Amino acid sequence: MFCDVCKSKEATVFLTQIVEGKMQKVNLCEGCSKEKGVNDPTGFALADLLLGLGAAQEIDKNPAGNRCPVCGFSQADFKKTGRLGCSACYDAFAEGLSGMLKNMHRGSIHTGKVPAKLRVGRLRNKEMTELQASLQKAVQEEQFEEAATLRDRIRKLEEESHAEAILSQEPSAEVNRIASITQSLGTVEPAQALGVPKPRKQS
Amino acid sequence: MKLSRIIANTGEWLSGAGPHDQIVVSSRVRLARNLKGKPFPGWAKKAERVAVLEEIRTAVEQLPEMEESFSEKLDDLSSLEKQVLVERHLISREHAAKGAGSAVVMNTSQTLSFMINEEDHLRMQAIRAGLQLDQVFAMINQTDSELEDTLDFAFHNDLGYLTACPTNVGTGMRASAMMHLPGLVMSEQVNKIINSVNKIGLAVRGLHGEGTEAMGNLFQVSNQTTLGETEEEIIGRLNKVIFQILEHEQNARQILLQQRAETLLDQIGRAYGILCHAHSITSKEALNLLSFIKMGVDLGLFPSNNRLHVDELFIETQPAHLQKGLQVTKLGAEERDSLRAALIRAKLKQMPEPEIGKIPTNGSSTTSTSSTSETSEES
Repeated sequence: MFCDVCKSKEATVFLTQIVEGKMQKVNLCEGCSKEKGVNDPTGFALADLLLGLGAAQEIDKNPAGNRCPVCGFSQADFKKTGRLGCSACYDAFAEGLSGMLKNMHRGSIHTGKVPAKLRVGRLRNKEMTELQASLQKAVQEEQFEEAATLRDRIRKLEEESHAEAILSQEPSAEVNRIASITQSLGTVEPAQALGVPKPRKQS
Repeated sequence: MKLSRIIANTGEWLSGAGPHDQIVVSSRVRLARNLKGKPFPGWAKKAERVAVLEEIRTAVEQLPEMEESFSEKLDDLSSLEKQVLVERHLISREHAAKGAGSAVVMNTSQTLSFMINEEDHLRMQAIRAGLQLDQVFAMINQTDSELEDTLDFAFHNDLGYLTACPTNVGTGMRASAMMHLPGLVMSEQVNKIINSVNKIGLAVRGLHGEGTEAMGNLFQVSNQTTLGETEEEIIGRLNKVIFQILEHEQNARQILLQQRAETLLDQIGRAYGILCHAHSITSKEALNLLSFIKMGVDLGLFPSNNRLHVDELFIETQPAHLQKGLQVTKLGAEERDSLRAALIRAKLKQMPEPEIGKIPTNGSSTTSTSSTSETSEES
Protein backbone atom coordinates (compact mmCIF):
# COMPACT_ATOMS: atom_id res chain seq x y z
CA MET A 1 0.00 0.00 0.00
CA PHE A 2 1.40 3.34 -1.04
CA CYS A 3 1.43 6.57 0.89
CA ASP A 4 -1.67 8.71 0.15
CA VAL A 5 0.38 11.88 -0.01
CA CYS A 6 3.52 11.12 -1.99
CA LYS A 7 2.09 8.06 -3.77
CA SER A 8 5.59 6.65 -4.16
CA LYS A 9 6.73 5.19 -0.86
CA GLU A 10 5.26 2.30 1.05
CA ALA A 11 2.85 3.46 3.74
CA THR A 12 3.88 2.54 7.25
CA VAL A 13 1.72 4.90 9.29
CA PHE A 14 -2.01 4.17 9.26
CA LEU A 15 -4.34 6.76 10.69
CA THR A 16 -8.02 6.58 11.47
CA GLN A 17 -10.00 9.56 12.60
CA ILE A 18 -13.70 10.19 13.09
CA VAL A 19 -14.67 13.38 11.28
CA GLU A 20 -18.29 14.51 11.51
CA GLY A 21 -19.31 11.02 12.52
CA LYS A 22 -17.63 9.41 9.53
CA MET A 23 -14.56 7.24 9.74
CA GLN A 24 -11.72 8.45 7.53
CA LYS A 25 -8.49 6.61 6.94
CA VAL A 26 -5.16 7.89 5.72
CA ASN A 27 -2.07 5.86 4.97
CA LEU A 28 1.27 7.63 5.05
CA CYS A 29 4.92 6.80 4.54
CA GLU A 30 7.37 7.69 7.26
CA GLY A 31 8.64 10.84 5.53
CA CYS A 32 5.21 12.28 4.85
CA SER A 33 3.94 11.43 8.31
CA LYS A 34 6.77 13.48 9.82
CA GLU A 35 6.19 16.31 7.37
CA LYS A 36 2.51 16.43 8.33
CA GLY A 37 3.35 16.36 12.02
CA VAL A 38 1.59 13.07 12.58
CA ASN A 39 3.89 12.19 15.49
CA ASP A 40 2.19 15.05 17.32
CA PRO A 41 -1.38 13.80 17.34
CA THR A 42 -2.80 16.92 18.98
CA GLY A 43 -1.53 19.23 16.27
CA PHE A 44 -2.54 17.08 13.38
CA ALA A 45 -5.91 17.26 11.74
CA LEU A 46 -6.59 14.47 9.37
CA ALA A 47 -9.27 16.70 7.91
CA ASP A 48 -6.61 19.13 6.68
CA LEU A 49 -4.99 16.37 4.76
CA LEU A 50 -8.28 15.08 3.44
CA LEU A 51 -9.47 18.54 2.54
CA GLY A 52 -6.74 18.82 0.02
CA LEU A 53 -3.83 20.56 1.71
CA GLY A 54 -1.62 17.58 1.04
CA ALA A 55 -2.99 17.31 -2.46
CA ALA A 56 -2.25 20.93 -3.26
CA GLN A 57 1.34 20.51 -2.14
CA GLU A 58 1.63 17.41 -4.19
CA ILE A 59 0.43 19.16 -7.33
CA ASP A 60 2.85 22.02 -6.74
CA LYS A 61 5.73 19.63 -6.28
CA ASN A 62 5.00 17.85 -9.49
CA PRO A 63 5.04 20.30 -12.41
CA ALA A 64 4.08 17.66 -14.97
CA GLY A 65 0.94 16.91 -13.02
CA ASN A 66 -0.42 20.44 -12.80
CA ARG A 67 -1.82 20.61 -16.31
CA CYS A 68 -5.00 18.98 -17.54
CA PRO A 69 -3.88 16.29 -20.01
CA VAL A 70 -6.91 16.93 -22.22
CA CYS A 71 -7.08 20.72 -22.57
CA GLY A 72 -3.74 21.89 -21.17
CA PHE A 73 -5.35 24.09 -18.54
CA SER A 74 -3.03 24.63 -15.56
CA GLN A 75 -3.46 24.94 -11.82
CA ALA A 76 -2.18 28.52 -12.18
CA ASP A 77 -4.90 29.31 -14.73
CA PHE A 78 -7.46 28.07 -12.26
CA LYS A 79 -6.04 30.21 -9.48
CA LYS A 80 -6.22 33.20 -11.80
CA THR A 81 -9.73 32.76 -13.22
CA GLY A 82 -11.53 30.56 -10.73
CA ARG A 83 -12.86 28.63 -13.75
CA LEU A 84 -11.77 25.29 -15.16
CA GLY A 85 -10.77 24.58 -18.75
CA CYS A 86 -12.83 21.50 -19.60
CA SER A 87 -14.71 18.56 -18.09
CA ALA A 88 -11.51 16.52 -17.78
CA CYS A 89 -10.03 19.19 -15.48
CA TYR A 90 -12.32 17.85 -12.75
CA ASP A 91 -10.42 14.57 -12.84
CA ALA A 92 -7.01 16.13 -13.49
CA PHE A 93 -7.30 18.36 -10.44
CA ALA A 94 -9.57 16.04 -8.48
CA GLU A 95 -7.47 15.95 -5.34
CA GLY A 96 -7.11 19.69 -5.03
CA LEU A 97 -10.74 20.26 -5.96
CA SER A 98 -12.25 17.75 -3.58
CA GLY A 99 -11.43 19.85 -0.53
CA MET A 100 -12.66 22.98 -2.20
CA LEU A 101 -15.93 21.37 -3.25
CA LYS A 102 -16.44 20.02 0.23
CA ASN A 103 -16.17 23.52 1.67
CA MET A 104 -18.25 25.09 -1.05
CA HIS A 105 -21.21 22.72 -1.15
CA ARG A 106 -23.42 20.70 1.15
CA GLY A 107 -22.08 17.38 -0.01
CA SER A 108 -19.46 15.97 -2.31
CA ILE A 109 -21.60 13.53 -4.29
CA HIS A 110 -24.24 14.57 -6.79
CA THR A 111 -27.64 13.20 -5.84
CA GLY A 112 -29.81 15.11 -8.29
CA LYS A 113 -30.84 14.66 -11.88
CA VAL A 114 -28.98 12.23 -14.14
CA PRO A 115 -29.26 12.35 -17.94
CA ALA A 116 -31.58 9.54 -19.06
CA LYS A 117 -28.84 7.98 -21.21
CA LEU A 118 -26.62 7.44 -18.19
CA ARG A 119 -29.17 6.22 -15.68
CA VAL A 120 -28.71 2.45 -16.21
CA GLY A 121 -24.93 2.48 -15.87
CA ARG A 122 -25.16 4.70 -12.86
CA LEU A 123 -27.56 2.35 -11.07
CA ARG A 124 -25.20 -0.55 -11.60
CA ASN A 125 -22.33 1.55 -10.39
CA LYS A 126 -24.21 2.43 -7.24
CA GLU A 127 -24.94 -1.23 -6.58
CA MET A 128 -21.27 -1.96 -7.11
CA THR A 129 -20.22 0.62 -4.54
CA GLU A 130 -22.67 -0.83 -2.05
CA LEU A 131 -21.48 -4.36 -2.70
CA GLN A 132 -17.91 -3.25 -2.27
CA ALA A 133 -18.72 -1.70 1.10
CA SER A 134 -20.53 -4.85 2.24
CA LEU A 135 -17.60 -6.94 1.08
CA GLN A 136 -15.14 -4.87 3.07
CA LYS A 137 -17.38 -5.13 6.10
CA ALA A 138 -17.79 -8.88 5.74
CA VAL A 139 -14.05 -9.30 5.46
CA GLN A 140 -13.40 -7.14 8.48
CA GLU A 141 -15.87 -9.20 10.46
CA GLU A 142 -14.22 -12.34 9.10
CA GLN A 143 -17.49 -13.48 7.51
CA PHE A 144 -15.63 -15.13 4.69
CA GLU A 145 -18.58 -17.11 3.39
CA GLU A 146 -20.59 -13.92 3.03
CA ALA A 147 -17.55 -12.22 1.47
CA ALA A 148 -17.27 -14.92 -1.16
CA THR A 149 -20.94 -14.55 -2.11
CA LEU A 150 -20.54 -10.80 -2.38
CA ARG A 151 -17.46 -11.16 -4.53
CA ASP A 152 -19.30 -13.47 -6.87
CA ARG A 153 -22.04 -10.88 -7.30
CA ILE A 154 -19.48 -8.20 -7.98
CA ARG A 155 -17.85 -10.41 -10.61
CA LYS A 156 -21.21 -10.95 -12.25
CA LEU A 157 -21.87 -7.22 -12.46
CA GLU A 158 -18.38 -6.77 -13.79
CA GLU A 159 -19.03 -9.28 -16.55
CA GLU A 160 -22.25 -7.49 -17.43
CA SER A 161 -20.59 -4.15 -17.81
CA HIS A 162 -17.75 -5.69 -19.80
CA ALA A 163 -20.26 -7.29 -22.10
CA GLU A 164 -21.99 -3.97 -22.54
CA ALA A 165 -18.74 -2.24 -23.27
CA ILE A 166 -18.04 -4.72 -26.03
CA LEU A 167 -21.55 -4.51 -27.43
CA SER A 168 -21.72 -0.76 -27.55
CA GLN A 169 -20.01 0.57 -30.64
CA GLU A 170 -18.62 3.60 -28.94
CA PRO A 171 -17.89 2.75 -25.33
CA SER A 172 -18.96 5.69 -23.26
CA ALA A 173 -16.73 7.07 -20.56
CA GLU A 174 -19.30 5.85 -18.07
CA VAL A 175 -18.91 2.22 -19.05
CA ASN A 176 -15.14 2.52 -19.08
CA ARG A 177 -15.28 3.96 -15.66
CA ILE A 178 -17.36 1.10 -14.35
CA ALA A 179 -15.03 -1.37 -15.98
CA SER A 180 -12.03 0.17 -14.30
CA ILE A 181 -13.80 0.16 -10.97
CA THR A 182 -14.79 -3.45 -11.28
CA GLN A 183 -11.28 -4.37 -12.31
CA SER A 184 -9.82 -2.85 -9.20
CA LEU A 185 -12.60 -4.48 -7.21
CA GLY A 186 -11.77 -7.87 -8.54
CA THR A 187 -8.37 -7.71 -6.94
CA VAL A 188 -9.66 -6.99 -3.45
CA GLU A 189 -8.52 -10.01 -1.52
CA PRO A 190 -9.61 -10.62 2.05
CA ALA A 191 -6.01 -10.53 3.22
CA GLN A 192 -5.45 -7.17 1.59
CA ALA A 193 -8.62 -5.71 2.97
CA LEU A 194 -7.48 -6.80 6.42
CA GLY A 195 -4.45 -4.62 6.04
CA VAL A 196 -1.88 -7.18 4.99
CA PRO A 197 0.25 -5.25 2.51
CA LYS A 198 0.14 -6.43 -1.04
CA PRO A 199 1.87 -4.70 -3.93
CA ARG A 200 -0.65 -2.63 -5.86
CA LYS A 201 -0.54 -2.21 -9.57
CA GLN A 202 0.25 1.36 -10.52
CA SER A 203 -2.58 2.46 -12.74
CA MET B 1 -38.70 37.12 -35.27
CA LYS B 2 -37.31 40.57 -34.56
CA LEU B 3 -36.06 41.59 -31.17
CA SER B 4 -37.97 44.87 -31.37
CA ARG B 5 -41.21 42.91 -31.64
CA ILE B 6 -40.36 40.82 -28.62
CA ILE B 7 -39.33 43.70 -26.42
CA ALA B 8 -42.34 45.79 -27.41
CA ASN B 9 -44.27 43.56 -25.00
CA THR B 10 -43.49 43.28 -21.34
CA GLY B 11 -42.47 39.80 -20.37
CA GLU B 12 -44.87 37.40 -18.72
CA TRP B 13 -42.93 37.60 -15.45
CA LEU B 14 -43.70 41.32 -15.22
CA SER B 15 -47.24 41.56 -16.55
CA GLY B 16 -48.46 38.12 -15.49
CA ALA B 17 -49.87 37.04 -12.17
CA GLY B 18 -48.54 34.51 -9.70
CA PRO B 19 -48.85 33.53 -6.06
CA HIS B 20 -47.70 36.26 -3.65
CA ASP B 21 -46.74 38.49 -6.56
CA GLN B 22 -47.06 41.65 -4.47
CA ILE B 23 -43.88 40.80 -2.63
CA VAL B 24 -42.31 38.07 -4.75
CA VAL B 25 -41.86 39.77 -8.11
CA SER B 26 -40.59 36.74 -10.01
CA SER B 27 -39.27 33.20 -9.70
CA ARG B 28 -36.42 32.00 -11.83
CA VAL B 29 -34.52 28.73 -12.29
CA ARG B 30 -31.41 28.48 -14.40
CA LEU B 31 -29.53 25.33 -15.37
CA ALA B 32 -25.90 25.30 -16.48
CA ARG B 33 -24.89 22.61 -18.98
CA ASN B 34 -21.79 21.89 -21.03
CA LEU B 35 -21.19 19.62 -23.97
CA LYS B 36 -19.18 16.48 -23.35
CA GLY B 37 -15.57 16.60 -24.46
CA LYS B 38 -15.53 20.28 -25.43
CA PRO B 39 -13.47 22.91 -23.58
CA PHE B 40 -15.53 25.40 -21.57
CA PRO B 41 -16.19 28.75 -23.36
CA GLY B 42 -13.63 30.70 -21.34
CA TRP B 43 -10.84 28.33 -22.41
CA ALA B 44 -12.08 27.30 -25.87
CA LYS B 45 -10.67 28.75 -29.07
CA LYS B 46 -12.99 30.85 -31.19
CA ALA B 47 -13.56 28.08 -33.75
CA GLU B 48 -14.49 25.67 -30.96
CA ARG B 49 -16.90 28.17 -29.48
CA VAL B 50 -18.53 28.73 -32.85
CA ALA B 51 -18.95 24.98 -33.38
CA VAL B 52 -20.54 24.57 -29.94
CA LEU B 53 -22.78 27.56 -30.63
CA GLU B 54 -24.07 26.04 -33.86
CA GLU B 55 -24.71 22.65 -32.28
CA ILE B 56 -26.59 24.02 -29.29
CA ARG B 57 -28.47 26.70 -31.19
CA THR B 58 -29.82 24.16 -33.65
CA ALA B 59 -30.94 21.87 -30.83
CA VAL B 60 -32.60 24.70 -28.92
CA GLU B 61 -34.41 26.11 -31.95
CA GLN B 62 -35.88 22.68 -32.66
CA LEU B 63 -37.54 22.43 -29.25
CA PRO B 64 -41.34 22.38 -29.54
CA GLU B 65 -41.65 25.16 -26.93
CA MET B 66 -39.36 27.37 -29.02
CA GLU B 67 -41.49 27.32 -32.15
CA GLU B 68 -42.11 31.05 -31.78
CA SER B 69 -38.78 32.38 -30.74
CA PHE B 70 -36.10 34.95 -31.14
CA SER B 71 -32.57 33.81 -31.78
CA GLU B 72 -29.56 36.00 -32.40
CA LYS B 73 -25.79 35.96 -32.16
CA LEU B 74 -24.55 38.47 -29.64
CA ASP B 75 -22.27 40.19 -32.13
CA ASP B 76 -25.35 40.93 -34.25
CA LEU B 77 -27.06 42.77 -31.41
CA SER B 78 -26.37 46.41 -30.57
CA SER B 79 -25.09 47.22 -27.10
CA LEU B 80 -28.44 48.89 -26.39
CA GLU B 81 -30.38 45.75 -27.33
CA LYS B 82 -28.14 43.62 -25.16
CA GLN B 83 -28.65 46.02 -22.25
CA VAL B 84 -32.43 45.80 -22.69
CA LEU B 85 -32.17 42.01 -22.34
CA VAL B 86 -30.06 42.40 -19.20
CA GLU B 87 -32.57 44.79 -17.68
CA ARG B 88 -35.28 42.20 -18.31
CA HIS B 89 -33.18 39.49 -16.67
CA LEU B 90 -33.20 37.48 -19.89
CA ILE B 91 -29.42 37.44 -20.21
CA SER B 92 -26.72 38.14 -17.65
CA ARG B 93 -24.43 41.15 -17.62
CA GLU B 94 -21.54 38.75 -18.25
CA HIS B 95 -23.28 37.36 -21.30
CA ALA B 96 -23.98 40.82 -22.69
CA ALA B 97 -20.24 41.48 -22.60
CA LYS B 98 -19.58 38.47 -24.86
CA GLY B 99 -19.08 38.91 -28.58
CA ALA B 100 -18.36 36.39 -31.33
CA GLY B 101 -19.33 32.80 -30.63
CA SER B 102 -22.15 33.59 -28.21
CA ALA B 103 -25.87 33.75 -28.80
CA VAL B 104 -29.22 34.17 -27.12
CA VAL B 105 -32.46 32.34 -27.85
CA MET B 106 -35.76 33.11 -26.16
CA ASN B 107 -39.46 32.46 -26.60
CA THR B 108 -41.94 35.25 -27.32
CA SER B 109 -43.50 35.24 -23.87
CA GLN B 110 -39.97 35.65 -22.50
CA THR B 111 -40.46 32.85 -20.02
CA LEU B 112 -37.63 30.74 -21.46
CA SER B 113 -34.25 32.04 -22.44
CA PHE B 114 -31.02 30.34 -23.46
CA MET B 115 -27.59 31.87 -23.18
CA ILE B 116 -25.14 30.03 -25.41
CA ASN B 117 -21.45 30.28 -24.53
CA GLU B 118 -21.76 32.40 -21.47
CA GLU B 119 -19.50 31.01 -18.75
CA ASP B 120 -20.84 27.57 -19.65
CA HIS B 121 -21.82 26.26 -23.08
CA LEU B 122 -25.47 26.54 -22.22
CA ARG B 123 -27.35 28.36 -19.54
CA MET B 124 -31.08 28.07 -19.80
CA GLN B 125 -33.59 29.75 -17.59
CA ALA B 126 -37.30 29.85 -16.96
CA ILE B 127 -38.85 32.87 -15.28
CA ARG B 128 -42.43 33.51 -14.15
CA ALA B 129 -44.29 36.06 -12.08
CA GLY B 130 -44.79 35.53 -8.35
CA LEU B 131 -43.59 32.71 -6.17
CA GLN B 132 -43.73 29.53 -8.22
CA LEU B 133 -40.29 27.98 -8.14
CA ASP B 134 -41.68 24.44 -8.44
CA GLN B 135 -43.54 25.23 -11.65
CA VAL B 136 -40.60 27.16 -13.06
CA PHE B 137 -38.25 24.28 -12.28
CA ALA B 138 -40.64 21.78 -13.89
CA MET B 139 -40.62 23.93 -17.01
CA ILE B 140 -36.86 24.18 -17.38
CA ASN B 141 -36.34 20.57 -16.29
CA GLN B 142 -38.54 19.37 -19.11
CA THR B 143 -36.66 21.51 -21.59
CA ASP B 144 -33.40 20.06 -20.28
CA SER B 145 -34.69 16.51 -20.71
CA GLU B 146 -35.73 17.27 -24.27
CA LEU B 147 -32.32 18.71 -25.08
CA GLU B 148 -30.66 15.60 -23.64
CA ASP B 149 -31.96 13.63 -26.62
CA THR B 150 -29.90 15.64 -29.07
CA LEU B 151 -27.04 16.99 -26.94
CA ASP B 152 -24.52 15.02 -24.88
CA PHE B 153 -23.99 16.95 -21.67
CA ALA B 154 -20.81 16.66 -19.63
CA PHE B 155 -21.76 14.56 -16.62
CA HIS B 156 -19.50 13.10 -13.96
CA ASN B 157 -20.51 10.06 -12.00
CA ASP B 158 -19.80 11.62 -8.60
CA LEU B 159 -19.95 15.32 -9.35
CA GLY B 160 -22.98 15.44 -11.62
CA TYR B 161 -23.23 18.11 -14.30
CA LEU B 162 -19.82 19.66 -14.87
CA THR B 163 -19.56 23.43 -15.08
CA ALA B 164 -16.75 25.89 -15.75
CA CYS B 165 -16.95 27.16 -12.19
CA PRO B 166 -16.86 24.60 -9.37
CA THR B 167 -19.52 26.61 -7.53
CA ASN B 168 -22.14 25.38 -10.03
CA VAL B 169 -21.13 21.73 -10.31
CA GLY B 170 -23.67 19.03 -9.44
CA THR B 171 -27.15 20.15 -10.36
CA GLY B 172 -25.86 23.22 -12.24
CA MET B 173 -28.99 24.85 -10.88
CA ARG B 174 -29.50 28.33 -9.54
CA ALA B 175 -33.04 28.97 -8.35
CA SER B 176 -33.94 32.46 -7.26
CA ALA B 177 -36.80 34.70 -6.31
CA MET B 178 -36.84 38.46 -6.71
CA MET B 179 -38.38 39.94 -3.59
CA HIS B 180 -39.59 43.47 -2.92
CA LEU B 181 -38.81 44.18 0.73
CA PRO B 182 -39.38 47.86 1.57
CA GLY B 183 -40.86 47.00 4.97
CA LEU B 184 -37.76 45.13 6.08
CA VAL B 185 -35.52 47.91 4.76
CA MET B 186 -37.50 50.67 6.50
CA SER B 187 -37.54 48.81 9.78
CA GLU B 188 -33.82 48.09 9.40
CA GLN B 189 -34.28 44.35 9.64
CA VAL B 190 -33.06 43.46 6.20
CA ASN B 191 -29.38 43.07 7.09
CA LYS B 192 -30.24 40.70 9.89
CA ILE B 193 -32.30 38.64 7.45
CA ILE B 194 -29.56 38.67 4.80
CA ASN B 195 -26.99 37.51 7.33
CA SER B 196 -29.08 34.63 8.57
CA VAL B 197 -30.01 33.54 5.05
CA ASN B 198 -26.33 33.56 4.07
CA LYS B 199 -25.53 31.29 6.99
CA ILE B 200 -27.73 28.50 5.71
CA GLY B 201 -26.17 28.15 2.29
CA LEU B 202 -28.50 30.54 0.50
CA ALA B 203 -27.62 33.96 -0.86
CA VAL B 204 -29.33 37.35 -0.93
CA ARG B 205 -28.11 39.66 -3.64
CA GLY B 206 -28.95 42.89 -5.40
CA LEU B 207 -31.12 43.50 -8.43
CA HIS B 208 -28.85 41.98 -11.07
CA GLY B 209 -27.29 39.17 -9.09
CA GLU B 210 -23.82 38.73 -7.77
CA GLY B 211 -21.97 41.90 -6.81
CA THR B 212 -24.81 44.27 -7.63
CA GLU B 213 -26.41 46.89 -5.45
CA ALA B 214 -29.86 46.43 -4.00
CA MET B 215 -31.92 49.16 -5.62
CA GLY B 216 -35.62 49.78 -5.24
CA ASN B 217 -35.61 47.49 -2.18
CA LEU B 218 -35.41 44.53 -4.54
CA PHE B 219 -33.45 41.50 -3.43
CA GLN B 220 -32.65 38.22 -5.10
CA VAL B 221 -32.76 35.17 -2.85
CA SER B 222 -31.07 32.13 -4.33
CA ASN B 223 -29.34 28.86 -3.54
CA GLN B 224 -25.61 29.07 -3.07
CA THR B 225 -24.75 25.38 -3.21
CA THR B 226 -25.38 22.99 -6.07
CA LEU B 227 -23.74 19.72 -5.03
CA GLY B 228 -24.93 17.12 -2.54
CA GLU B 229 -28.66 17.78 -2.73
CA THR B 230 -31.30 17.02 -5.33
CA GLU B 231 -32.90 19.85 -7.28
CA GLU B 232 -36.13 19.31 -5.34
CA GLU B 233 -34.34 19.47 -2.00
CA ILE B 234 -32.64 22.74 -2.94
CA ILE B 235 -35.91 24.29 -4.10
CA GLY B 236 -37.71 23.01 -1.02
CA ARG B 237 -35.16 24.65 1.24
CA LEU B 238 -35.30 27.86 -0.77
CA ASN B 239 -39.10 27.94 -0.78
CA LYS B 240 -39.18 27.58 2.97
CA VAL B 241 -36.84 30.52 3.45
CA ILE B 242 -38.68 32.67 0.91
CA PHE B 243 -41.94 32.06 2.78
CA GLN B 244 -40.27 33.10 6.00
CA ILE B 245 -38.92 36.30 4.45
CA LEU B 246 -42.37 36.94 2.98
CA GLU B 247 -43.92 36.67 6.43
CA HIS B 248 -41.27 38.92 7.93
CA GLU B 249 -41.96 41.51 5.25
CA GLN B 250 -45.72 41.36 5.83
CA ASN B 251 -45.10 41.63 9.56
CA ALA B 252 -42.73 44.54 9.15
CA ARG B 253 -45.34 46.39 7.09
CA GLN B 254 -48.01 45.77 9.72
CA ILE B 255 -45.76 47.03 12.47
CA LEU B 256 -44.85 50.10 10.45
CA LEU B 257 -48.55 50.79 9.93
CA GLN B 258 -49.31 50.42 13.59
CA GLN B 259 -46.31 52.16 15.08
CA ARG B 260 -44.83 54.43 12.46
CA ALA B 261 -47.75 55.19 10.19
CA GLU B 262 -46.77 58.83 9.93
CA THR B 263 -43.26 58.04 8.69
CA LEU B 264 -44.62 55.48 6.28
CA LEU B 265 -47.19 57.86 4.81
CA ASP B 266 -44.61 60.63 4.68
CA GLN B 267 -42.26 58.43 2.64
CA ILE B 268 -44.99 57.35 0.23
CA GLY B 269 -46.32 60.88 -0.11
CA ARG B 270 -42.87 62.32 -0.74
CA ALA B 271 -42.09 59.63 -3.27
CA TYR B 272 -45.33 60.45 -5.07
CA GLY B 273 -44.57 64.17 -4.94
CA ILE B 274 -41.07 63.87 -6.31
CA LEU B 275 -41.97 61.38 -9.03
CA CYS B 276 -44.92 63.51 -10.17
CA HIS B 277 -42.91 66.71 -10.35
CA ALA B 278 -39.27 65.87 -10.97
CA HIS B 279 -37.67 66.95 -14.24
CA SER B 280 -34.46 65.03 -13.84
CA ILE B 281 -34.06 61.79 -11.96
CA THR B 282 -31.41 59.05 -11.87
CA SER B 283 -32.46 55.44 -12.24
CA LYS B 284 -31.38 54.67 -8.70
CA GLU B 285 -33.50 57.44 -7.21
CA ALA B 286 -36.40 56.50 -9.44
CA LEU B 287 -36.27 52.85 -8.34
CA ASN B 288 -36.03 53.74 -4.68
CA LEU B 289 -39.03 56.07 -4.91
CA LEU B 290 -41.03 53.69 -7.10
CA SER B 291 -40.53 51.10 -4.39
CA PHE B 292 -42.57 53.27 -2.01
CA ILE B 293 -45.28 53.75 -4.62
CA LYS B 294 -45.37 49.98 -5.15
CA MET B 295 -45.75 49.43 -1.42
CA GLY B 296 -48.46 52.13 -1.45
CA VAL B 297 -50.39 50.11 -4.02
CA ASP B 298 -49.97 46.98 -1.85
CA LEU B 299 -51.33 48.91 1.15
CA GLY B 300 -54.35 50.16 -0.76
CA LEU B 301 -53.30 53.82 -0.89
CA PHE B 302 -53.53 53.79 -4.66
CA PRO B 303 -56.15 52.03 -6.78
CA SER B 304 -54.94 48.53 -7.58
CA ASN B 305 -55.44 49.00 -11.32
CA ASN B 306 -52.27 51.11 -11.22
CA ARG B 307 -50.18 48.14 -10.22
CA LEU B 308 -49.02 47.22 -13.70
CA HIS B 309 -48.10 50.84 -14.51
CA VAL B 310 -45.91 51.00 -11.44
CA ASP B 311 -44.34 47.59 -12.04
CA GLU B 312 -43.62 48.51 -15.64
CA LEU B 313 -41.91 51.71 -14.54
CA PHE B 314 -39.38 49.61 -12.62
CA ILE B 315 -38.20 48.26 -15.98
CA GLU B 316 -39.09 51.13 -18.31
CA THR B 317 -36.98 53.62 -16.36
CA GLN B 318 -33.82 51.52 -16.69
CA PRO B 319 -31.21 53.19 -18.92
CA ALA B 320 -31.52 50.96 -21.98
CA HIS B 321 -35.30 50.69 -21.86
CA LEU B 322 -35.58 54.48 -21.83
CA GLN B 323 -33.78 54.67 -25.14
CA LYS B 324 -35.08 51.58 -26.88
CA GLY B 325 -37.94 53.31 -28.69
CA LEU B 326 -35.79 56.18 -29.87
CA GLN B 327 -34.02 56.17 -33.17
CA VAL B 328 -31.10 58.07 -31.73
CA THR B 329 -27.54 57.38 -30.81
CA LYS B 330 -26.83 56.65 -27.19
CA LEU B 331 -28.04 59.37 -24.85
CA GLY B 332 -25.90 60.93 -22.14
CA ALA B 333 -26.72 60.45 -18.47
CA GLU B 334 -28.30 63.90 -18.11
CA GLU B 335 -30.50 63.43 -21.15
CA ARG B 336 -31.59 60.06 -19.80
CA ASP B 337 -32.41 61.58 -16.41
CA SER B 338 -34.76 64.15 -17.91
CA LEU B 339 -36.29 61.59 -20.26
CA ARG B 340 -36.86 59.29 -17.30
CA ALA B 341 -38.52 62.05 -15.27
CA ALA B 342 -40.82 62.87 -18.19
CA LEU B 343 -41.81 59.21 -18.62
CA ILE B 344 -42.61 58.84 -14.93
CA ARG B 345 -44.60 62.08 -14.85
CA ALA B 346 -46.66 60.95 -17.81
CA LYS B 347 -47.38 57.53 -16.33
CA LEU B 348 -48.21 58.80 -12.86
CA LYS B 349 -50.60 61.41 -14.26
CA GLN B 350 -53.21 58.66 -14.49
CA MET B 351 -52.67 57.82 -10.87
CA PRO B 352 -54.55 59.72 -8.15
CA GLU B 353 -52.89 61.06 -5.01
CA PRO B 354 -52.42 58.54 -2.19
CA GLU B 355 -55.64 58.18 -0.22
CA ILE B 356 -54.49 58.46 3.32
CA GLY B 357 -57.89 57.53 4.71
CA LYS B 358 -57.67 54.17 2.98
CA ILE B 359 -54.75 52.98 5.02
CA PRO B 360 -55.64 49.72 6.75
CA THR B 361 -55.50 50.38 10.43
CA ASN B 362 -55.72 46.78 11.49
CA GLY B 363 -58.36 46.64 14.19
CA SER B 364 -57.98 50.22 15.34
CA SER B 365 -60.84 52.53 14.41
CA THR B 366 -58.63 55.49 13.60
CA THR B 367 -59.05 56.77 10.10
CA SER B 368 -57.11 60.00 9.98
CA THR B 369 -53.36 60.19 9.92
CA SER B 370 -53.09 62.44 12.93
CA SER B 371 -54.91 60.05 15.22
CA THR B 372 -52.84 57.12 13.92
CA SER B 373 -49.68 58.98 14.77
CA GLU B 374 -51.00 59.75 18.24
CA THR B 375 -51.55 56.07 18.92
CA SER B 376 -48.06 55.33 17.74
CA GLU B 377 -46.61 57.86 20.14
CA GLU B 378 -48.47 56.29 23.02
CA SER B 379 -47.31 52.78 22.29
